[in-house]
Amino acid sequence: MDYFISLAVFAGIWVVLALSLNILMGYAGQVSLGQAAFFGIGAYTSGILALKFDQPFVVGFFAAIVLTGLVGAFLGLPSLRVRHDFLVLATMGVNFVVVAIFKYVDFFGGALGLIDIPTPRFFGITNEIPYLILVWLYVGVAILVSWYLSKTWTGLALNTVRLNEEAAAAVGVSVPRFKIYAFIISAALAGGAGSLYAHYLKSLFPDNFYFVESIVILSMVVVGGVGTLRGPILGAIVLRALPELLRDLHDYRFAMYGGLIVLMMLFQPMGLLGDESTLMRGIRRILKREVTNGRAA
Amino acid sequence: MGARLEAKHIVKRFGGLEALRGVTLTAHDEILGLIGPNGAGKTTLFNVVSGFLRPTSGEVIFEQRAIHTKPMHEITRLGIARTFQIVKPFSDLTVLDNVLAGLGCHVYPTPRAFAERYHAPQKIAQARELLAFTELLPWADTLAGNLPIGLQRKLEIARALGTNPRLLLLDEPAAGLTAGEAEELAALIRKLRAQDKTIIVIEHNMAFAMNLCERIVVLAQGEIIAQGTPAQVQNDERVINAYLGH
Repeated sequence: MDYFISLAVFAGIWVVLALSLNILMGYAGQVSLGQAAFFGIGAYTSGILALKFDQPFVVGFFAAIVLTGLVGAFLGLPSLRVRHDFLVLATMGVNFVVVAIFKYVDFFGGALGLIDIPTPRFFGITNEIPYLILVWLYVGVAILVSWYLSKTWTGLALNTVRLNEEAAAAVGVSVPRFKIYAFIISAALAGGAGSLYAHYLKSLFPDNFYFVESIVILSMVVVGGVGTLRGPILGAIVLRALPELLRDLHDYRFAMYGGLIVLMMLFQPMGLLGDESTLMRGIRRILKREVTNGRAA
Repeated sequence: MGARLEAKHIVKRFGGLEALRGVTLTAHDEILGLIGPNGAGKTTLFNVVSGFLRPTSGEVIFEQRAIHTKPMHEITRLGIARTFQIVKPFSDLTVLDNVLAGLGCHVYPTPRAFAERYHAPQKIAQARELLAFTELLPWADTLAGNLPIGLQRKLEIARALGTNPRLLLLDEPAAGLTAGEAEELAALIRKLRAQDKTIIVIEHNMAFAMNLCERIVVLAQGEIIAQGTPAQVQNDERVINAYLGH
């Protein structure tokens, strides 16, 4: 039972991470290979507040969201100067720098990391179900933020930035400002996920947030379907759960993620649940048939 | 009343290349044609006026306000909208959403951008009005990228109109259009002129420009070589020489 709760907790955390990257990449078109850095900043903020400043989980959680959002604004600055492949490289560099800071600055625990981060207990319940509920409530918040954002003028502005920056400016969109907004929202969501991760795992090490984790998050978005809401959710659940369920494949998970990205790029670049994917077209066809049959009956 | 737009002594250099060499141009309430051979600096002038490029020196005054140091999105909000020589529709968005993107022009810098849904009934009604005006209503739900080029050019105009401009810069709007489509476009531009908008049109299609524009400015090698009514410009020796390469 505990094993499945643990699986569901991690799946929830990765769903939020995938949704957070989706805002940056799917909505604003800023491809990033540094999402694990935001995840790590949130985790370390929460962990340090608990261990070194005796702050309760709630303080650490909200501080992680706010601080990571602010760092996101700062780390988003390269996106104002570079685009496309160069932005990918710049965000990758940011990830390396953040991990190096965790590793080599004593305040962050160095290579030995942070251990004994307290897990919050709710109403004296000692099993992990309340934590699971908390994680999935946060997943709900991330889904709501993503969904609502896509319906607002800000969502439309982000879309215009993704599709053509010159045309976006020609309709009055401040491209730099909206890129930074996307970085802030994306980083803040990932920061919250980091806090939940820190207090569940109870220990943090710099390597937990290494660049390869950014690739995992990217795979989840790409495999599910960039820019959609359903895609990153499915991508995160499948890619997080699959290696756990197929234990023998666990050691090969990174090879599997890499292989999946290659296959998706070749055959389904819009992702499994992208708007024009084979799967979605099939689902739409079936639904249409059902409706037609229903009317005929 | 003063000029709507004054570009004063505009110089634009790209490294060693001087694309604009002290261009001074004034636009009033009119349809002004900007013509000239390839490489004359027409699109560069549009890019400077719309804020896409900063001039190396010189001033751009729009309705008595200096705008040459402002970025493009601010200039759009001040009332100058443009289309592009190579069309740039938001291809993954529907035609309706493209126009809504223009209608959001004055909402984006406010907190309302985070709070309000853009598919609000009032905004959709406004967008549909603009689509009806530009005769694009039947394609409202089509993805912009799936439209033929002629309709994409019209869509760029509709999107630009969404920003509620007083000066509209159209960069080769008739390029790639059939004669019938070009005539429809000219009728549309005349309707805009009737709404007291100033329109500057870059055009290579001479028949289109001469029939449409009230005044023509001719650029060659970064300088204005002639200006006047279409008839005056057509008979100007310098213009004939510039086009024939003498």
